[in-house]
Amino acid sequence: MLHWPLYITFAGLLLVWAVPARAAARGARVVALGVALAGLVCGWVGALRLEPQAGLVTLVNGAWVPWPAFRFHLAADGITVVLVLLTGLAAVAGVLFSWNIEHRAREYYSFYLALIGGVYGVFLSMDLFLLFVFYELAIVPKYFLIALWGSTRKEYGAMKLALYSFVGSAMVLVALLATYVVSGIGAAGGPVSFDLPALAKVAFPVSFQQWVFPLMFVGFAILAGLWPFHSWAPTGHVAAPTAASMLLAGVIMKLGAYGALRVAMTLFPQGLVEWQMPLAWLAVAGIVYGALAALVQNDFKFVIGYSSVSHMGFVMLGLVTLTTVGLHGAVLQMFSHGIIAGLLFGVVGRMVYDRAHTRELEALEGLRLARALPFAAVTFVVAGAASMGLPGFSGFVAELQVLIGAWQAFPGLTLLAGVGVMVGVAYTWRTMHRAFFSDRDAAPVALPGPLPPITWPEKAGAALLMLCTLAVGLYPRLLLDWIIPAFNSPMFEGLRKVVTR
Amino acid sequence: MNDVAYLEVLRALLPEAVLTLTALVVLALDLSWGRHRAVPSRMRLAGWVSAAGCAVALGVIFGLSWPAEWKVPLVEISARILHYKAALLALTLAVALLAADTDFTPHAGEYFALVLLATVGLLLLVSANNLLLLFVALELASLSLYLLTALDKRQPRSAEAGLKYFLFGSVAAACLLFGFSLLYGLSGEFYLQEIAARMPRGPLVLDPILVLALALVVGGLAFKIAAVPFHLWAPDAYEGAPAPSAALVASGSKVASFLVLNGVVAVVFGPLGGNAHWGHFAAGWKPLLALLAALSMVLGNLAALGQSNVRRLLAYSAIAHSGYALLAIVTRQELALAYYVITYGLAIVGAFGVVAVVEKQTGGAALEDFQGLARRSPVLAGALMVFLLSLAGIPPLAGFFGKFYVFLEALREPAGAGGRPSLGLLYLVILAIGMSAVSLYYYLQVLKYAYRGDAEESAAPWRASLGTWVISALALAVIWLGCFPEWLLRYFR
Repeated sequence: MLHWPLYITFAGLLLVWAVPARAAARGARVVALGVALAGLVCGWVGALRLEPQAGLVTLVNGAWVPWPAFRFHLAADGITVVLVLLTGLAAVAGVLFSWNIEHRAREYYSFYLALIGGVYGVFLSMDLFLLFVFYELAIVPKYFLIALWGSTRKEYGAMKLALYSFVGSAMVLVALLATYVVSGIGAAGGPVSFDLPALAKVAFPVSFQQWVFPLMFVGFAILAGLWPFHSWAPTGHVAAPTAASMLLAGVIMKLGAYGALRVAMTLFPQGLVEWQMPLAWLAVAGIVYGALAALVQNDFKFVIGYSSVSHMGFVMLGLVTLTTVGLHGAVLQMFSHGIIAGLLFGVVGRMVYDRAHTRELEALEGLRLARALPFAAVTFVVAGAASMGLPGFSGFVAELQVLIGAWQAFPGLTLLAGVGVMVGVAYTWRTMHRAFFSDRDAAPVALPGPLPPITWPEKAGAALLMLCTLAVGLYPRLLLDWIIPAFNSPMFEGLRKVVTR
Repeated sequence: MNDVAYLEVLRALLPEAVLTLTALVVLALDLSWGRHRAVPSRMRLAGWVSAAGCAVALGVIFGLSWPAEWKVPLVEISARILHYKAALLALTLAVALLAADTDFTPHAGEYFALVLLATVGLLLLVSANNLLLLFVALELASLSLYLLTALDKRQPRSAEAGLKYFLFGSVAAACLLFGFSLLYGLSGEFYLQEIAARMPRGPLVLDPILVLALALVVGGLAFKIAAVPFHLWAPDAYEGAPAPSAALVASGSKVASFLVLNGVVAVVFGPLGGNAHWGHFAAGWKPLLALLAALSMVLGNLAALGQSNVRRLLAYSAIAHSGYALLAIVTRQELALAYYVITYGLAIVGAFGVVAVVEKQTGGAALEDFQGLARRSPVLAGALMVFLLSLAGIPPLAGFFGKFYVFLEALREPAGAGGRPSLGLLYLVILAIGMSAVSLYYYLQVLKYAYRGDAEESAAPWRASLGTWVISALALAVIWLGCFPEWLLRYFR
């Protein structure tokens, strides 16, 4: 049942167009909310039915394209479960936070659902090729969501993001083709398929892994915001409409990290060993750079945009530690950042920007937002606390695990990452203070009237996400019980061999 | 030379005969019935009759039982070749229906007769196995296409485009003819297989006449597919020609020319391929075509970036696509080539169909003219998105699989005869994939204009017409063949 969200979402896309034009805006968002909720519930029920210890469970495996043997193979393990749930949550929250979209609503929600469907597809596909198809499928709707409904240099941001993603996927495509060709060399019974579990059993020559691993890893990691290929992320986040930036930071960046783990690291563990240190340096550079850049921004949304780069650095760092605890932390951080980034962008984009029509921190100082919009302030405090990594929130558990893993692997570098954590506290604190709690009398923005109150969809969306980050923070085994056994499946055998602790 | 049994040849060429008859019927009908009627209704009548002719010819191909391997004098008939013909007929059918919706010329009968005759030439091209018939068929197709390009007499651009196309084309034809005559002189044969049998084995460079023949033949045919550096006519011809003519030049003529190029080069010069693998270069047609492919991909895509007219943009992108398809010829993978060029043909006919509608309504094909298309006609905008994304190679559309197959086969090509798969052509594949990333930029530009609605918020929607239905059908075909490529591939095995 875990794969139902995929079908439901694409069916919902067609359903959006069945809404009569008269009631386009209202009808489309109700349909979209229904579809997103159905996806979340199905994912949840499917997760409950799945036995965590079972490893990789095939959900459907049918022939698709006979030449050269692509299969419609959807399967799930604990990692999939975590990410499918994350997608479901982000989808629901995204619809709630875009409740005010009236302009071309049917088109908006069809692009939105196409994006969600593509994401579900990536997380569920176990055929390398099918995964790639869904991966690229997610690029196009993203472009249109930003270019048509965005703000602040939207066409520039959208095009930059689309080109970065496409270059990344072009690198992946080259690596994928080469992998397929090389996997058949020599062995007569070599796999004639793109099936990931089958390819994972092939021992690729080390000389081949040496060049194909970085190609594939970086190709995926571009979408994860790996420094120095991150620069699409802040501009894209800022230009995107609220729900799209929630999805971008929440799930799209996870696609990159997921691909790097599921494909590049699983197939080429030797390549990972060779490239471990350079990649670790890039990850730490991302953590520190993102945090420092966030510290000096004056645009509220840019702060969050750069903080995403920093937090995704932890995911990348966790992946390349080559320790068990680091890998677990990385997956947990994917979920945690997805939820937290969704919350932060929801507050900035929908609750503040849509009302105050400014994102300049200086201008916001004069608005006394804590008094005008108390719910927004509370939400941002919770999200900020989670983002800083205070105990009790999901960010704490995840980053702690990553740092423990990193400490085991490269202590010196970990100290540097620790600096990033501290800067993270600083920028979050600074932003929180200036945006909501400042008593400085800056020249107030000319507003036509009092700020409209927070609406119920916003409250519902924020409550949902806050609940999740608290639940995972207080009881991380909710997710760890899924993540830990997942790494024991035969698929990760090659990776387990190079994992040191 | 063998004696030719003309009746047998005629039987083998039944689809062509049907089309020729239809062309005559169209002419006669337009001269008698259509004489005193308005231009749009004459175009519609001639368009429908031409489409019906194509449909009958398709019926002949799929309805009659054909011998499995039929060697008739001059032509070769096999299931594969018949299916190539069917694909060409389907493209012409779409072009005819798109043209039926237009009213740019009062010479309705002549226009459609020329479309049909051009198609006859293209059909002959894919089945000819004799140098003479090959040349005659090529000229029949080419001369018809020159005229079709120049037929919009209201536009001086159209005449200019036709003239340019004609001048370049005649030089190319002269080259090709010279090349063919050298081949005849070298082998004393007209039939492709016989010539191939008499080709010397061994390094190509030893025989200067052979090198000259190869260069002339490749040059002449590279003109037809608009590969760099023989591409100069293409942007002007695509820009000036009436939209349906441009669609035919870009689709049917290209499909046939690619198949001929593959046939002539791979069959006649088969053993003289040389080697195009990185670090193992050896003289032959493979490195030559690899060079043309690389040039076309780079130049076509980079030049397309700067275009502000959608027709010119499509023309430069077509040049780039020639580069990708040449890659399939280098690896001698006819199946990948067939899938690539046919799905490309579908997408480009559809794209020109949308251009035709937009031009009819707004009077131009500049990027600004596409502004607000999604508001006026969501169906057309959606179809345009499908076509352009397919050309850009976004899965799961047909264009993606086209590229995928070509690249996969290029990487699988063994280093030597009977060797294991190698990655020797990886450099070309990397170039091609990198260039497709570039192409996404300009395709998205067009779509951005189509979906941006700021200009005329209150613009009246466009009513669905025949063209809209054809375009929707083509878009569905592109999606369908992308999701299930085997549906097309099995016909060309």
